[in-house]
Amino acid sequence: MIETTITPSIASRPVYSRLEPRPGKAHLLVADAEGAEAILALAEVAPSGFFDHAHVIHIRKATASTYTERLRGLKPAQFYSGPTYEAAVPRLRRTLLGAHMGLQVYLAGTESLMGQAMQEAAQAGIPYGAIQAEHRGSTARRMQCVHCKGITEDVTTDPFVCSHCGLHLFVRDHYSRRLAAFQGVRVDAEDPGNIPEPVERFR
Amino acid sequence: MSAGTEKIDVTVADVTPVNELVTRFRFVRSDGGPMPTFSGGAHTVVEMQDGGRTRLNPYSLMSDPADRSGFSISVRRDDAGRGGSLYMHTKVHQGMKMVVSNPVNLFSLDLRARKHLMIAGGIGITPFMAQIKQLTAMNGNFELHYAVRTAALATYADELHATHPTRVHIYHDDRGEAIKLERLLDGQPLGTHLYVCGPKGMIAWVRKTAEELGWPREAVHHEEFLAPASGKPFEVKLALSNKVIKVGEHQSLLEAIEEAGVDAPYLCRGGACGQCETDVIGYDGKFLHNDHWLTDDQKSSGKKIMPCVSRFEGKTLVLDR
Amino acid sequence: MTINFNDETFYGDFTFRNSPKAVQRFPFPFPEDSYMYSVNLEPHKSYRPGSVYERTFDVDEHYVAEMKDRARVLADDPLRCQSLPHMTLAGWDLVELIMTAKAEEYPDLFELHRDGDRWRWINRPLGIDDTFTFLDETTLPYGPMEYITRQTQGDFAILDQRDDNLWMDAGMVTTQADWSLDFDIGMNFFEWHAPVPKAHEMGVFVRALKFLLNIQQGAPARRLNWTMTINPLLDTSPENYHKWGAMKQELTAENVGRMMHLRVELQTLFRLPRSNALVFPIRCYLIRLEDLVTVPKWGRRFHRVIRDLPVELATYKGFINNRPKIVEWLSKYDDGAPTSPGIWPD
Repeated sequence: MIETTITPSIASRPVYSRLEPRPGKAHLLVADAEGAEAILALAEVAPSGFFDHAHVIHIRKATASTYTERLRGLKPAQFYSGPTYEAAVPRLRRTLLGAHMGLQVYLAGTESLMGQAMQEAAQAGIPYGAIQAEHRGSTARRMQCVHCKGITEDVTTDPFVCSHCGLHLFVRDHYSRRLAAFQGVRVDAEDPGNIPEPVERFR
Repeated sequence: MSAGTEKIDVTVADVTPVNELVTRFRFVRSDGGPMPTFSGGAHTVVEMQDGGRTRLNPYSLMSDPADRSGFSISVRRDDAGRGGSLYMHTKVHQGMKMVVSNPVNLFSLDLRARKHLMIAGGIGITPFMAQIKQLTAMNGNFELHYAVRTAALATYADELHATHPTRVHIYHDDRGEAIKLERLLDGQPLGTHLYVCGPKGMIAWVRKTAEELGWPREAVHHEEFLAPASGKPFEVKLALSNKVIKVGEHQSLLEAIEEAGVDAPYLCRGGACGQCETDVIGYDGKFLHNDHWLTDDQKSSGKKIMPCVSRFEGKTLVLDR
Repeated sequence: MTINFNDETFYGDFTFRNSPKAVQRFPFPFPEDSYMYSVNLEPHKSYRPGSVYERTFDVDEHYVAEMKDRARVLADDPLRCQSLPHMTLAGWDLVELIMTAKAEEYPDLFELHRDGDRWRWINRPLGIDDTFTFLDETTLPYGPMEYITRQTQGDFAILDQRDDNLWMDAGMVTTQADWSLDFDIGMNFFEWHAPVPKAHEMGVFVRALKFLLNIQQGAPARRLNWTMTINPLLDTSPENYHKWGAMKQELTAENVGRMMHLRVELQTLFRLPRSNALVFPIRCYLIRLEDLVTVPKWGRRFHRVIRDLPVELATYKGFINNRPKIVEWLSKYDDGAPTSPGIWPD
């Protein structure tokens, strides 16, 4: 699988680019599922010794053990392979807490993973603009319901049903980095009950 | 909006020699009212009526931002400069009426920072004086590393060190002391912001070292006022006001435009803020771009010029002003 | 007191009304018979006594009712007021800016007594008399921004300035034209304007940002913006869109004049001294079309503007479906006569 092409949209919609090695004392790489391929591609162009100061966190999701040995083979100073993002969060926070200026952060995989890991890195004091992100794998969206504030993960259709309040929401491209989510707004607000057929827009 | 900044009529309350090269000036409002508060890192533009010409020079405010009784600046005498600092040193005296601008900040603290790491060289100490007072009042976390030529020329070093003995570190050139920058930048906690003010070479060194060590651009702040460079005189046509003006050898294009009575916007007068950006209508010759504002593409396009610091050599230059 | 404050509501039974005086001073936003985006910024200087431009922060007959409406909205949804941790100092800047301006410009309504850091603030219309220590959050019942904006009409966004951009890092937003502070807080200037159509391509935001970054202490700026709202609803938030959106269906040819409101925002911008942030007050004025057309020039011009507005803008402003009804109603007040330049009644 190669990089995803994101259709040009409004200015708040994040864009992604290919990960590239940057100078730094330490490197933190976080990826989920096929995002592992972006790390493997980065490894091909990284200078020697890059992984001596690298910490790789891979969230397997549906890819199971597909990438585990190849990532381990990069011989990063620290390697973690875990089942879900939630399971990896304590480790990610602990890592950022002990990190210093000069740390480079590389994110790869789904927008949900990258958005949430970016939240953590930004909270820790790294500017958004200094965090690299490369999209790979599923284009499903993490959506916030503007009405009840609940987050619905892995949204593939437009409109979709809010997993918290049950309203039918349409998918906007307006994106909040603070929430790591796109905005969902009731589709039938002006004409209650008039709900269009959901269309699969993301997969 | 009209040109420049809001003005304040002031009286010189004190002229205090600090050392061989540096003199401090204190301004209070002539009407007795309070000065505006400001944020650490702000500057004021001082108007000097020097013979027939008006000089407008920016100086960092170094007094306590919360002190409404007056503004203080420190001016380093530059014998080879265009004359502004010499005017301050030789002509300005206690009781004199002057005009200064409202504060403008192009070097402000990032208030999100977990730690403020400051690097100063020589007279570049002045903005940090105000920032340190502001941070002290807010219980902010800061550290200052200050390089000076000699102890005798170490402007305010004693005062700073006495007030903040664990936070302030002084490095004397004549004793062979130097800031060990790589070691200093290594191991700073995430969320540290780096600030540098001093000679051009120092700013470039700090920025380059930080970049090589992987510091984000957004976390590295610098303040460098460029003095307008002198150069060959040249002629300019101002299309909107239908005037042809001459820019003298030691005069900036902006100063020449102002002298001709044409209202032109400005803020920093040092090539940094972008306010005086002017469209070029036509030219035959070559631009001497000296600013930090225009992109390289804009500079080579021949369509823009920053008249506060940039010049022109050639036959004709027509500006949209 | 010099102002008689209305007892009125902005929800439910919608008893909001403009007095004839309020109609005359309404900030009609169209200087000509058509509308397109522009960076229409000008110095926020006092002029035209009696107009909304006379004072730094205009206080009018709706003040007390608007503050009650704000308290109601906040009780329902506290996320309408948020301030990221580094913005507290800017909140104090705003306290000082508003208190000093109001005490000076409305001495019969507001008083400020400063004894060093001990400040006493008297707000007669709201019955407030508080003494607190400036820059000490523990001496106020709310954070500084929330405290003072619960007492000041209009929404407030506080913009941190860094990296040659503006970041919306704090705000009090209960009278908004369909945008969410909770969603947009933390965004930069281009991001929070992202949903606005056309203006990005026109370069409006690049030019506007450049101007805003250079706004200086003591030299505030202002502009007008506008949209349309069914019923005098101040809180047209996306959060509550599922509650007010359906009202659009209630519009009929008969009730347009009463139900449809022109909604004008007087937006001002001030540099804050201690924080170097910008504060962006967005003051909302509402007027029902029935009242608007009592000024013949406004009736003629508004008909032409709405009739000729590009589809993208009418869609963005949320009245594309109702436009035919509105234009039909307004056309009765447009005899085709020429209009004079500028926004003021003839």
